[in-house]
This record gives sequence, C-alpha cells and structure tokens, in this order.
Amino acid sequence: MSFQVMMHELGEGMLKSMGIFSLTLLFALPLGLLVSFGRMSKNRLLKGVVWTYISIMRGTPLMLQLLAVYFGPFYLAGLKLGSNWRFTAIILAFSVNYAAYFAEIYRSGIESMPPGQYEAAQLLGYTKVSTFMRIIFPQVIKRILPAVTNEVITLIKDTSLAFSLAYAEMFTIAKQIAAKETSFMPFLAAAVFYYVFNALIAFLMERIEKAMAYYT
Amino acid sequence: MPLLEMKHIRKRFDENEVIRDISLRVDKGEILSIIGPSGSGKSTMLRCATMLETIDSGEIWYMDERAAYVDAKGSKVYPRGEEQKKVRSYFGLVFQNFNLFPHYSVMKNITDPPIHNQKRQKAEVYEEARMLLKKMGLEDKENAYPCQLSGGQCQRVAIARALALNPQILFFDEPTSALDPELTGEVLKVIRSLADLHIAMVIVTHEMNFAREISDHIIFMDQGVVAVEGKPEDVFNAEHARMRAFLGKLEH
Repeated sequence: MSFQVMMHELGEGMLKSMGIFSLTLLFALPLGLLVSFGRMSKNRLLKGVVWTYISIMRGTPLMLQLLAVYFGPFYLAGLKLGSNWRFTAIILAFSVNYAAYFAEIYRSGIESMPPGQYEAAQLLGYTKVSTFMRIIFPQVIKRILPAVTNEVITLIKDTSLAFSLAYAEMFTIAKQIAAKETSFMPFLAAAVFYYVFNALIAFLMERIEKAMAYYT
Repeated sequence: MPLLEMKHIRKRFDENEVIRDISLRVDKGEILSIIGPSGSGKSTMLRCATMLETIDSGEIWYMDERAAYVDAKGSKVYPRGEEQKKVRSYFGLVFQNFNLFPHYSVMKNITDPPIHNQKRQKAEVYEEARMLLKKMGLEDKENAYPCQLSGGQCQRVAIARALALNPQILFFDEPTSALDPELTGEVLKVIRSLADLHIAMVIVTHEMNFAREISDHIIFMDQGVVAVEGKPEDVFNAEHARMRAFLGKLEH
C-alpha cells in the first residue's frame, strides 16, 4: 500500500473521529450543565440519582460503557437494532460519560461564585433566571475554561476507544493497515494526526481564554 | 408617611439571637445611621430590611404597606411575583465589598439593571448613567472594568449603580470598611453629596464623625438591641456606659 493511499484512508478515519468528537461535545456540554443542576438540587432523590450516575460514569472504564450501551439492548431486552445503532451507541456512550465529567466541572465553577454576586443581582431586580444567564454563567465559563480544555483534549484521544465497537475511526483503520502491512508506519501517522488535531484545539481554547482575559 | 418601618424585629442564627426586638422608622429624605460594635446586629438589620435575610418575628413596612411579616402561627410571609418586584424597587443596597459585576464595564454595571429589569429606554438610561458617573467623579471611567479601578472608585460605581434604579431608600452596609483611609474620604464625600438629592439613606458605619455630621437620627446598637437612639448630638452625649466605652475606644 502506498503512503498516499494510507494517508487517504487514515484521513477518512480522522473525519470519523472528528465526528465523534464534535457530536459528543455538542450533546455533553449542555447535558453536563443540566446534570450539574441535578447534582446541586435541593431535591434529595434527584440529587442521589445524579450522584450515582456520576459515580458510575467516573468509576467504570469508558470502553466498558461503550460495550454496555452497544450490546445492552440485545442482551437485556432482546432488541435487534439496525446497522445505524453502532454509531448512535458510540455518541450516546461518549455523551453520557463526558456529561458526567462536565457536570462536575460546571458544579465546581458555579459553587466557586461568591454569594455577593447573587445578592447584588437580587437587589438590582434580576430574576433568578436572568441572574444565572447574565451574571453567574458568563463568569463561570471563564473560571472553568482550563478544566474544560483538559477534558476536550482527553476526548480527542478517547475517540480511539470506538475501535472496541469496530467503528472505522482513525485508530481502528491504523490498526487494520498496520496488521495487513506488518508496518509500524500507520501508528506513527495516526499519532501525528491526533497530535495536530489536539494542537489546533489547544490553540483555539487558548484564544478563547485570552478573549475572556479582559477582566479578573 | 414613613418610607420604611420595621416593627419588633427578631432574628436568630441557630442558638444565637442577633436581633432582639428592634423597631425603627425612616421618613422621606431622612438619613439614619446605625452604629455600634461588631457583632451587635447592625448589618443583619440591614440584610433583614433588604430581604436578604428573613425575619423570625415582626413586620417590615414599605410605603405604608406591610411588605413582610411573621403571622401568629410563626410562618414567614414574604411578597412574591409582581408584589415582590414592587417592594424591591423601593430600595437599593451598597455593599461593603461592592459586589460589582466583574465581567461588565462600569457603564454596563450601571445601565444593565434599569434596561433589562425595569425595561427603560436605553438612551434615557445611558444619559442618566453619565450624569451619575459625573456626580461620582468618574466620567472618564465608563468603559473601564471593575478590576481596573481602585476600591474607592468601585464603591462609587456601586453607588451609581444603586441610584440608577431610582430607589426611595438607599442602604449602605459599612460602605468604607474595605477601603484604606485615603479612599474612605472620597466615598464619604460622595455619600454626603447625595444628601442634596433628598433620598432617604440608612447607613451602617464605623465612621463616627461622618455619622454625627450627616445623620438626622442615630441608632446605637449593642448585643441585638437598640441601646441609645436620637439626634446625633443627644446620642453622642448620652451617658450610656456601653456606648461611652465604645466611643472611648475609637478615640484612642
């Protein structure tokens, strides 16, 4: 197999990895915020349920969670889901897993806000929703950005776990080519792909951090 | 007609009763100062008046209407919805540590509440905000962020922000306690200048000379009760042992 063909195949795998990456962020970032509200809720039942969910998500391997989501419906309920289920299961497992981590990051940010900000907002006539949307959340984003960057970078590398469901993302393809050609080259090329993608994301996150550095 | 009347207020935190049956009233344009040692319940009294804390018994009246009270069964009755909005529009509060919104510029700190919460015209609000900034001596700071200002400047912005909502009463919770003596002067000067606006003010302060000079009425609080009250001269000349000891310590 020529170098060009290999790069082409890896490139296609890369697009699929980016697909997992962006869809996971798209679902996990808002879902994480909802989960953090549940985690901070005064309702003890809701709080307990959410606590358990976060505990399981953080306490078991993501690869195992992928397998559980993919095979679970069949083994537990005898459901035979169509050929699209593989991709859906991957996005579902990744989103639900990352939402748990994001929830804890949101919570740390929200709980670090000084009570004076809420009190001032109340005295100035902001409703509870406005207080959160206009006063609290924008400041929380700035506070949690470094921690979010960490998770986002981990996610890029975690997309390779989709190989456990034989989904043709970049790492799966690299492994296939490597086995077929008995060459280490595909792995090196994959490493470069991951590294460059990560560097781009890290650069982007740094830019966002700088854009928010206008206040302390 | 009194703007604010607090009747037989009690407030406890766990076992600690910090306010024990205090009543006070503030009339239109009146300036009331609350003085006393730390832990005497002064700030708690303000926080009850502004509904940041709920009272355990008593009644709070604004504009001759009962705004909050504790009924015979001991339930706390506080306004909700539109009623709450109306009651809150009567007063503003200036905090000890300013509590400006750090992500908003000075101008946005002042204009966002009237525009977003009172739905007032943008142009009119901005014009009024510029006038207020001028009064505060901060006309060149409208685009600055709070982190670029000194403590005294922050506190003056906070005063402008509270005034922009046109409250009937402005509460000050130790407005100069977080400031060094040099910056204290500039904030006190601004508060003094507000007296001309004939807006009622309730000031919790440790600045005795300032309280003596600006107030129509002074309350000296000690251990959750009003120990001495009256006109500034009467209060400062009163032969109350605890207060003499308190004032004596300040002089040294």
